[in-house]
Order: sequence, then C-alpha cells, then structure tokens
Amino acid sequence: MDPLLSIRELTLKGRGNDAWVTLLDKIDLDLRRGEVLGLIGESGAGKSTLGLAAMGYTRTGCRITEGSVMFDGMQLVGAPRKALLALRGTRIAYVAQSAAASFNPAHQLVHQFAETPVQRGIMDFDAARQKAERLYRRLQLPRPERIGFRYPHQVSGGQLQRAMVAMAMACDPDIIVFDEPTTALDVTTQIEVLSAIKEAIQLRQTAALYITHDLAVVAQVADRIMVLQHGRQVEEGGTRDLIDAPKESYTRDLLNVRRQKKTTISPSREVVLEVTGVTAGYTKRKNVVEEISLKVRKGRTVAVVGESGSGKTSLARVITGLLPAAQGQISFDGAVLAPSLKGRSKETLRRLRMVYQMPDVALNPRQKIRRILGRPLEFFFHMDAQAKQRKVLELLDMIEMGPEFYDRYPSELSGGQKQRICIARALASQPDLIICDEVTSALDQLVAEGILKLLQRLQDQLGVSYLFITHDLATVKAIADEVIVMLKGRIVEQGPRDEMFIPPHHDYTRRLFRSVPEMDPAWLDNLLASRDGDQLGYFERSDEPVV
Amino acid sequence: MQFLRTLRQTTISARIGMAMVLITLLAAILAPVIAPYEEAEVVADVWLPPGDGHLLGTDQLGRDLFTRMVYGARNTIAIALLITCLAFLVGVVGGLLAATMRGWVDMLLSRIVDVVMAFPALILSLMVLSIMGASIPVLIIVISLLDATKVYRLARALAMDIEVMEFVEAARLSGEGTWWIITKEILPNALPALIAEFGLRFCFIFLFISALSFLGLGIQPPAADWGSMVRDNAGAISFDMMTPLWPAGAIAFLTIGINLVVDWFLHRSAQIRAR
Repeated sequence: MDPLLSIRELTLKGRGNDAWVTLLDKIDLDLRRGEVLGLIGESGAGKSTLGLAAMGYTRTGCRITEGSVMFDGMQLVGAPRKALLALRGTRIAYVAQSAAASFNPAHQLVHQFAETPVQRGIMDFDAARQKAERLYRRLQLPRPERIGFRYPHQVSGGQLQRAMVAMAMACDPDIIVFDEPTTALDVTTQIEVLSAIKEAIQLRQTAALYITHDLAVVAQVADRIMVLQHGRQVEEGGTRDLIDAPKESYTRDLLNVRRQKKTTISPSREVVLEVTGVTAGYTKRKNVVEEISLKVRKGRTVAVVGESGSGKTSLARVITGLLPAAQGQISFDGAVLAPSLKGRSKETLRRLRMVYQMPDVALNPRQKIRRILGRPLEFFFHMDAQAKQRKVLELLDMIEMGPEFYDRYPSELSGGQKQRICIARALASQPDLIICDEVTSALDQLVAEGILKLLQRLQDQLGVSYLFITHDLATVKAIADEVIVMLKGRIVEQGPRDEMFIPPHHDYTRRLFRSVPEMDPAWLDNLLASRDGDQLGYFERSDEPVV
Repeated sequence: MQFLRTLRQTTISARIGMAMVLITLLAAILAPVIAPYEEAEVVADVWLPPGDGHLLGTDQLGRDLFTRMVYGARNTIAIALLITCLAFLVGVVGGLLAATMRGWVDMLLSRIVDVVMAFPALILSLMVLSIMGASIPVLIIVISLLDATKVYRLARALAMDIEVMEFVEAARLSGEGTWWIITKEILPNALPALIAEFGLRFCFIFLFISALSFLGLGIQPPAADWGSMVRDNAGAISFDMMTPLWPAGAIAFLTIGINLVVDWFLHRSAQIRAR
C-alpha cells in the first residue's frame, strides 16, 4: 500500500540574524493510513516545523528549499494556496499544544466545531452539532449534548483539549497532527486526553503525527517513533524496538533521563523552616491554603507535589511573606517570622531565597549577568568592586558556567543557562533555604536533569535546604528526601520519600502516582483495562467544574 | 562608539528623519548667525514675494519672513522641549510610583488624572491662560501639567506590566527599596517605549502651542513662532501669496522628521524585546 503521506529529503530554512538557518535537514518520513508516528526531540529540534510542513505550511520567515511532501498523490510543496486551504481542516487537521490559546474565547465550542465543515459545505450546522455531540460522547466529555454550548473559559483545561481533538475530527480527516497536546496539562488530566486521542485515532483509522518531548507519552500512542535533534533525523523505529534497544546514544540519553534517583540519607535533626497551622487567602472569604504544617531540615529537600491550582505556589508566597498568613506561624531557624515581607529583617531575607519557574521573566533583561549576580553581594555583604567581581566569577564556576558569561545579557543565554543564573543569584546571599518553584518545568528534559544534578551537588557542598515545588513525580524521585502531597490547598499526605512511593496511599496520591506515564507501550492499555475495577475512576474527576 | 555603531544600522527613513530634525535644530541654535535681520525688525513693504534680498519674502508687517522662521524655530522648539521634559518628569515619576506602591497612592494620583483628563485640553488651557494671562511661564506650566496626565497613564500601564514580572518580585524578596525597584528594575525596561512616546508627545505639544498661538493665547508678539505666523499671514492666501505656507510647511517638516525617527526607534526596541 502506498503511504498516505510521504516526505522526501525535506530541507527547510528559517531567516535569523541576517542568515538562513537550516531548521530541517533532509528529513524522510512515511505515514500509512491508520498509523501513528511519534516525533520526539527537545525544543528547537524542528518537531513542530516538521508537523506544519506535513500540512504544506511554513511559518513566516521560513521556506522549504528542497524536497517534497506528497499527500495522497498530491505534491504539497509549491502547491497553490487555494488547494492547500481546501486540504487543511478537512483532510489534514491540527491539534495545538495550548487549547486555551487556540480557541476563540468569544464563541461557544460547538460553533467553533462547526465553522470548518459548514464553511466548506460539508454539512449544515445541525448536522455538525449532532456530529459534535457524538464525538464529545466518544471522547468522554461530560454532558456531551450540552457542553458544546459552553464558552472555552467555562470548561477545564483537559476538557478543552479534548474538545479540540473533537474539532480536528469534525471532517473525518485522513491525518491529524498533534503538537504537544498534553504538555500543558497535569498528569491526572493528561491520562484522559491521551486515552481520548488513542480512542479517536483507532475509531476511524486516522493516521497521525504525534509531536512531544516526552518519550513515555509517545510510547503509549505511537506505532513508530522518530527521534529528531537539531533538525536532523537521529533514529527511527517501531515503538517497542526503539525503547527496548535504542541504537543512538542520544536516544539512550532521552530514555535514561527520568531514571535518576536520590540516594536515601538519614534525616538530619536541625529544623530550618517550620510551618505550623498556616492558613491564607487572597480574599477574606476564600482560603487558598489551609492548615498547612511542615518542617524543612538542614541540608535536606522537601518536595511539594500537586496539580495546578492545588495551592503549591501560594504556599511558597506565604512562606516568603508575599501573601501574609491569616493564621498560623512560620518559624525560621527557631525564630518566629513576621507574616508580611515588610516586617522581616534583611538578615532573614538573605537566608531565605527563591528560584522561579520561568527563568525568562525572572531575570531583568536590561541587566548584565555581572550586575544580576553582583547586586546581592553588594546589597547583603557590601562588597567592593574587586571582591564582587571575584565572587561573581566564583559563582559562575559553581554553576558550571565560564567567565565568558560575565558580561552577557540574559537574552544571550539558553533557558537552562538562565535558570543556572537564577540559582546563582539565590546562592549569592549564602542562604539556608531556597524555595524552588517548578524550576525544571519550563526546561527540556535533558536540561532539567542537568539542573537537578546541579542543585543536588550544591546541597551536598553547601548544606543548603530546598523546598521544592513540582508537579512531576520523576523530579520528586530525583531530588526529594521528604514529600508533601497537596490537594485543594490542603496537605493530604506527607512523609519520607521512600515511604511515599509504597502503598497504602491516600486516594488522590494513588491517582497521582498511577497517572505518571511509564516507558512501556502497554502501560496506558493496562491502566485503562483496569479502569472498570478502579473505584476512583479516572474519568469522574470531582474537582472539575460540573457541566 | 556604540552610538556610531547604532547610527550605521539605521534605515534610510530614519536617516532622513534625523537630517530633518538636525536641520531644524541647527537653524534654531544658530538663529542669530543665520538670520539676516533682527527678529522684530521691519525691513520692507508688507507681503513682498520671495527674492530681492528676502529669501522668502516679507510678512504682514514687512518683517523678513526667513528671519522670523529661524527665530520661530528657536522659540517654538525650546518651549516645546521644556514642556515635554517637565511633563515627562511629572508623569513618569507619578506613574511609576503609582504602579509600584499601589494602594492609596495609586488611587489618589489616578483620580486626579481622571478629573484633569475629563476636560478637553484645549478648552482647559484656554480658560487658565485667559484667567492667568498668556505669559510664557504660565504657558509652560499649564501645558506640561496637562500633558503629564497622558504620560502618567502610559508610564503607569507600562510599569504595571513590568511590575508583575518575577524579576521585580525577586528584587522585593531581597528587600530592595521602592526607589531601587523603580529606577533599576522597572524604568530601564519601560524606557524604550517612553523615549518613543517622548518624540511623539513633543510633536503634539509643538502642534498644541502652534494651535494656541493661532488662537492668540500662545507665544506673544513680537516674539516669532510658527503657529502665530500662520495665523497672522493667513490673509495673504487670498492674494495668491505663499507666505503662510512657509511656517506651516516648517511645522509639518519637523513633525514628519521626528515621527520618522520615532518609528525607527519603536521598531528597533520591539526587535530587542523579541530577541
């Protein structure tokens, strides 16, 4: 059988800084009817570019210089715009990473669903509405007959992403391009969307390109996997073969990335931070964190786990004093802290520092690295210019960055380098505790692993404690000594890490742990098969808005 | 060096704009050297055509038009520049304070600005100038305060966007004071937009003064300024004379020049941010 989509020697270049940069380099790809091909790689590997090129589309400032894209006997490279437009949405559909950003907030879901089929004259609105209802039911959306009349902001993120999958299937396309459809979702929500996608593809024998950076996710849905790096094809093979016996070292690195585990050490006695019975909220009536009690010991890491909206970041804000606690008490090294930032001494601020999720906005773009790292030295220790320069270079060395970065601006650094600078800025004041708020979430897995290793090394060297906020359980395994699980502003379970990974669990903890994809193609199927016997049910989430 | 390097990267339109602004500025600075006559000296018959020792002819009182134009540049630009600087000083300081401190400071400043902005600027300034008398210090203070409200709005909105960024929060968590946060963290990031606004605002003020002068409440005779020169010579149009078109053209010349430079600057800072 001829492949449905056949890409040959595709080379695509993008305009950057007065020169053409090669984004895709001689890519070959075949996709047969009913087959799912996973595209995997780090950011900048050219996954999305390839996904879009498969639709005959290039982003502004990019052009295809060589090669061909054949779709069902039709050459898409250089095809007239009209012909391409007729294909897109009907025969080739696209599901974007952020459904929240891709839906028009001013229209109801079903109207956006019907837009393409009605405009192309494939069906009238009533037929489209009925079809939407059928698809919504298939994709396990609650109240399928009504949910279409909701606006995008009235449904949860996971539901919206499923509505987008439904929209892509409106015209029964031959190919769907999924561009990181679950990356922005919590693990518990990711499961629902993944199983919905899997079911949707099987239903109509639709072919799909599934783009992601997470090998464990793609292993669940793809028949074959292609690994990309810097626009080049590294390796391609059947899912099982590639995972069991990767040929290239880069693929092996990707596979090993989530298997880091911290060695267990005996708990230290000395408590650095103690939070007792803290309750806080942005308004008087509604609390975002309630009755939180925890201890962080010297030279140890406490991980706070939970999905978005569980109050993890608010807890960090309460501890730093940005959100003053209404009740309860926070003590730092034995002394009770003022609830608000304004009431705290400079010495306290020096010893309690924070590192953020998005290094891009955590560094002032108008300040050079020497200024960013030099300021805390000058502010807390009144160092003179010479001592400051020496210390900044020392800090750069500590985070494994050379002196050449001394005079650079943040915009000249990669994401991982920026995050290292943020860590160095926190370290500059010689703190006892650093609060790390999702510090690896915005980074590629290999880069994130480097950051985790760095944090661990710094802890071993300097004896600094971390309160580590994350939604990723692999990160918890890699860095935590103790784990706290939060749900809706409350702690549902806490204890030493090794005990936390052994049942029995609180219901929510169990669901959270079981939702993390494993590097096993059969994992999702097994999980779904056991779903009937599962009392909790992955598809009846009580915390989602009732539709 | 940095300046020269930046200059080499400019676009053609920006260079033309810079040349236009530079020509006007040179004329303003060197007025006594360039001008063949005194500012208010009556030298010939009224409304003479160009030529005959008078490059652009004479005005409605028989003064040399070229001389008046050069001195007019001096008066108008100097006053407009002073007003713009004052307006930015008041507006930016107020706007950044309001955005950083929030609470009652923001409330108070913003409501005052709302009240002032509720009145049409031209009518309010006509009123104040008629009551206080149209002297240059009053003119400068009234227009700069009126314009400070618009600068305040912009500065506050810009600072609000920057203030929620995590690097500002990081500075707060380090215990940095309000003054440091305003001058070192927020202002440098708001600067490109503010500088671009400075250029545009200068044009508006400059046109506003011309309008006031045209209505007789701006710069008072015998001091020359482009706006009143248009008004005083408007009658010449009916005698097929080009006289009022020269000062009008000068206003357009400078406005276009500044806008070309500002356009380039806006474009450039947008690129820096996108990088």
